[in-house]
Amino acid sequence: MTSLGEPNVTAITFFVLFIALSLGITVWASRRTRTADHFYAAGRSVTALQNGLALAGDYMSAASFLGIAGLVTVSGFDGLIYSTGWLVGWPIVMFLIAEPLRNLGRYTFADVVATRLRQTPVRIAAAIGSLAVIAFYLIAQMVGAGNLIRLLFGLPYEAAVVIVGVVMLAYVLFGGMIATTWVQIVKAVLLLGGATLLAGLVLARFGFNPLALFDRASAMYGAGVLAPGRLVTDPIDAISLGLALMLGTAGLPHILMRFYTVRDAKTARTSVGYATAFIGFFYLLTFVLGFGAMVIVGRDAITKIDAGGNMAAPLLAAALGGPRFLGFIAAVAFATILAVVAGLTLSGAATLSHDLWVNVFRGAHADDREQLRVARVATVVLAAVSIVLGIAFKGQNVAYMVGLAFAIAASANFPALVLSIFWRRLTTAGAQISMIVGTASTVVLIYLSPAIQIDILHHASASFPLRNPGIVTIPLSFVVAIAVSLLRPVASEERRFMELERQLHMGVE
Amino acid sequence: MTHSTLEAVSAARWRVAISLTIAMMATYFGFILLVAFNKPLLGTLLAPGLSLGMLLGALTIVVAWALTWIYIKWANTHYDTSIRGLRR
Repeated sequence: MTSLGEPNVTAITFFVLFIALSLGITVWASRRTRTADHFYAAGRSVTALQNGLALAGDYMSAASFLGIAGLVTVSGFDGLIYSTGWLVGWPIVMFLIAEPLRNLGRYTFADVVATRLRQTPVRIAAAIGSLAVIAFYLIAQMVGAGNLIRLLFGLPYEAAVVIVGVVMLAYVLFGGMIATTWVQIVKAVLLLGGATLLAGLVLARFGFNPLALFDRASAMYGAGVLAPGRLVTDPIDAISLGLALMLGTAGLPHILMRFYTVRDAKTARTSVGYATAFIGFFYLLTFVLGFGAMVIVGRDAITKIDAGGNMAAPLLAAALGGPRFLGFIAAVAFATILAVVAGLTLSGAATLSHDLWVNVFRGAHADDREQLRVARVATVVLAAVSIVLGIAFKGQNVAYMVGLAFAIAASANFPALVLSIFWRRLTTAGAQISMIVGTASTVVLIYLSPAIQIDILHHASASFPLRNPGIVTIPLSFVVAIAVSLLRPVASEERRFMELERQLHMGVE
Repeated sequence: MTHSTLEAVSAARWRVAISLTIAMMATYFGFILLVAFNKPLLGTLLAPGLSLGMLLGALTIVVAWALTWIYIKWANTHYDTSIRGLRR
């Protein structure tokens, strides 16, 4: 049988190797992190391929690796609905966001919105949305890390959360964006390599013909595994979730921040191309892994250990490659979490220090040393808060939190960002109120939704019918921004848009 | 192209970007609406082990790749050339 949940020598060896390698990278990166430009943007020296891998490493969370493979194992075809949803935001990032963002901003997406508007109100509103996204995303990752590491290594939940928090703190505090980038690159290579190898071992048993695998699954569990099941029942809820996944991707602060690490807009463009290729390939692999686990390990054996199927990929690795391969996949899953939380924490630190401290509190009069110092204090605070929240939410159902983070990113960040790039009449008040309404309406409607009222509070019904509020809150946020801007036009802000059009296309010359 | 104004370059860039955005949204939401409204159709087997739904889901990912490739191709040739022309 498998040794899941017990200390696994290979897992611990691979894990210690990864930590040693990533801390080595951090020491190397810390010598190169002298200015705020290094800390937030890796000195703008990341290449397109490197950034493509780092974007993939920043985005592909343990939830998408273990969660989607598990969902496919448990519900077959339905897992594909999520796989496509997580990918289709990337083309939108490329067409609408990446290049203008690189040309107009410096460290955060708020830079772009604030370029031609009044700094203080815009940055405070943007910080509320960004910090809400980061907080919910971080809690989901920390709780996931605690549960996962307990299942994989047999470590106590609290110890796992503290290890993740402290190692991630070391990366960001000392190595800033340079260390974070390389941790994400190493993680992306390990995850893509590990998943490819695992899928290859599965397909080898079926003559490298995926259809033979799917056919075997339908022979074992019925043709229903190849057809849509119960995941999508309400079309409006499905569209609502789809909108939040698609547009939320284009509003995630830690993803947007990565476009500042490259030399110019053209490199940013190419890097999204690589990221889209890697992430799409990865989601196709998870589909094979889910069906592989269904056929080779068996549904019952997987759901016995974790009802959500989250252990499908590790159990598949154990079945195909023994405890060694299980150990490797477990260590990859751990590395996956570390890379994502490091990216989140760094973007949170940029929001606190660059947006709030430097540009609001100090009126942009802070020298480089002060910026670096504040960014590092913010990093320590965020790491401490995420460890405390991770432990506070132990044993709670946090499945809705990633969806909530995407919904806020799509409703608070995306509309203001897109309008500030496209629409010359956007005003300070329009952007500010839209971002606040976007955040507040999403949080309130999620609270009133079945995801909280029925699943968590165990009430009989919910006053808001949709599990995901995106279809209401995204248009609401756009309408508010447009209405407020049209009711109180500001001629000077419209003039500044014309001046910035050149910079939007050509960057700072 | 080299003599076009910033306004013209900008308009062309957004025309391409918005068309591709609409294409991506139509593909993805088309797929989701089919899943929501016509489950039996998507369960139709095209070959042993391959349902129409699985083919369309995988094609959605392929369309995302194709559209990003088209954009990069267009931007690397037309858009970058126009921007270089404006810089001169």
